[in-house]
Amino acid sequence: MTAPSTSPAAPLLEVRGVSKRFGEKQVLKTLSLEIAQGEFLTLLGESGSGKTTLLRLIAGFEQPTSGEIWMSGQRLDTLPPYKRRVNTVFQQYALFPHLNVSENVAYGLRANNTPKSEIAPRVEQALTMVRMADYANAKPTQLSGGQQQRIALARALINRPQLLLLDEPLSALDANLRKEMQGELKSLQREVGITFLFVTHDQEEAMALSDRIALLKDGALEQVASPREIYARPATAYTAQFIGQTNLLRGIVRAGVAECGSLRFPINITDGPALFSLRPESISLAAGAPPIPDAAKFRATIRQQFFGGSTELLELLCSENQFLRARIEARGPLSGGEHEFMFSASAAIPVKE
Amino acid sequence: MYSRLYKLAISLPPLFWVVLFLLVPYSLMFAHSFWAVQDGVIVHHWNLHQYKELFSNSLYTTVFFRTMRIAASVTLLSLVLGYPLAYFLSFHAGPRKELLYQLVIVPLWVSYLVRGYAWKTILGSDGVLNSALQYLHVTHEPVSALLYSPFAVILMLTHIYTPFVFLPIYASLEHIPRPLLEASHDLGANPRSTFFRVILPLSIPGLLAGATFAFVLTLGDFLAPNLVGGPSGTMIANVVQSLFGAAYDWPLGAAISVFILLITVGLLSLTERLEKHWTFR
Repeated sequence: MTAPSTSPAAPLLEVRGVSKRFGEKQVLKTLSLEIAQGEFLTLLGESGSGKTTLLRLIAGFEQPTSGEIWMSGQRLDTLPPYKRRVNTVFQQYALFPHLNVSENVAYGLRANNTPKSEIAPRVEQALTMVRMADYANAKPTQLSGGQQQRIALARALINRPQLLLLDEPLSALDANLRKEMQGELKSLQREVGITFLFVTHDQEEAMALSDRIALLKDGALEQVASPREIYARPATAYTAQFIGQTNLLRGIVRAGVAECGSLRFPINITDGPALFSLRPESISLAAGAPPIPDAAKFRATIRQQFFGGSTELLELLCSENQFLRARIEARGPLSGGEHEFMFSASAAIPVKE
Repeated sequence: MYSRLYKLAISLPPLFWVVLFLLVPYSLMFAHSFWAVQDGVIVHHWNLHQYKELFSNSLYTTVFFRTMRIAASVTLLSLVLGYPLAYFLSFHAGPRKELLYQLVIVPLWVSYLVRGYAWKTILGSDGVLNSALQYLHVTHEPVSALLYSPFAVILMLTHIYTPFVFLPIYASLEHIPRPLLEASHDLGANPRSTFFRVILPLSIPGLLAGATFAFVLTLGDFLAPNLVGGPSGTMIANVVQSLFGAAYDWPLGAAISVFILLITVGLLSLTERLEKHWTFR
């Protein structure tokens, strides 16, 4: 069953029930995922979550134990890597040390027997695109990490792949360069219009770059959604904790009211035990704040106050053994005694375990 | 930092070694090559007679070119055998890698002489090979050309030096980062193309080191021709050996040695340069 690739709704890549086992270890568990044409999708997860394995299955360096991978209506997982219209930017760049920059970039064209007259202009174009045209004759070992990164990108893009795989490409760079390269990656992706599948363990990077994030945990998808959606409405406690910071409130719902320790707030879900995610920035000091509808108020003692520039993080003790974190606008030192705090009940998101 | 006395003390033993075991013998050899033998006595008259003799006497030039041919053949054959072996072990041996590696190395622990005599038993007129050929009715009489020929020398030396060629090639293949091969496949190169574009260029230092080993060691070998070479398999080291022995012509022997030494040093500096050119780190 292949959907015609002409249909605008047809996904570019379909991962259908793929699992992967290395010996005893089940690395991917019957995972299904669709990637739309032109999308920037990030596979996010801790190390060992299976994100790199999924990438390697799509690239063709590993074979799935079961399941299928399709691209543009064609079965992909039965093809060797050199017959897939997929290219990869490797974590440590994997530039060929015996070839100079332009030979590295030309590698894909030469391997595919592109006419010689076409190679030089395309290499030049690719190097200009990543702002490395002045380094055409340099050897990879003479380049800095960021420059090697750009060459790896140019090399992977020159074959005009349908899908570009990026395996933690920024992890080897220092923090400043990382931010700069994030911006470049994002604008490059818009410019070339190629679908990007990006792997990272850095949730901030994932949020900043992606159209959608696929969060992996222990070889299974935890949630797939846009960064805003996944942040605002995490489906599980794991997602809520992995993406940004949160307070997990465990309690019970009775007749439309949630009771979590000393907190009480109205909630429109069925009665029974429940778990909620409440972001620290949803909590504010009640004194002097404009009134909000469905406000839930509580009193708490400030245990710690961490100054963070425009905001401050408070560690609150609401009742015995119930700690909450609140991020409020910076407003100077607060007295250590009890204060009244509030949050909008709709900010408490019910999540699964 | 360190006292001059201390520096002198630690540099004395190596200095002593170099002077006694390198400088003195080589100087003696070098000096002898410009002396002569008169009435069975070495006389210290400086002259170029030995070098003239060396280049004009067809006996020596024939043996010299044969030696070069044998060395080239052994090098080529060892590469043809050693490279695929190293390639297989490095990329495709899987869990048997360690065992196979040991199997390649073990013959190096067996005495050179033992292996030489083994080839004698294999190649001789009533040797293993001839008996098998006759048993299979391939021939009716023993093939005498097998033993005591340049062929036998090449065979024996190839057997002995293939592990020496294998080792540096294997080491250089093991050093190729595997992501490079994935990158090559990823960019559209099939395994064959990947071999010629990535693996072979990156293994050239090992290949050169192995080839140099085989060539230089063969160039100076005299045991293999002694054991299995016969008159038609005589090599330059055998000539040197007899000149220093029964013939008692040390000056000519020294001249040949100097000549071979120069070739070896030239070869080593050439391959060292090439190796540097092909090393990327």
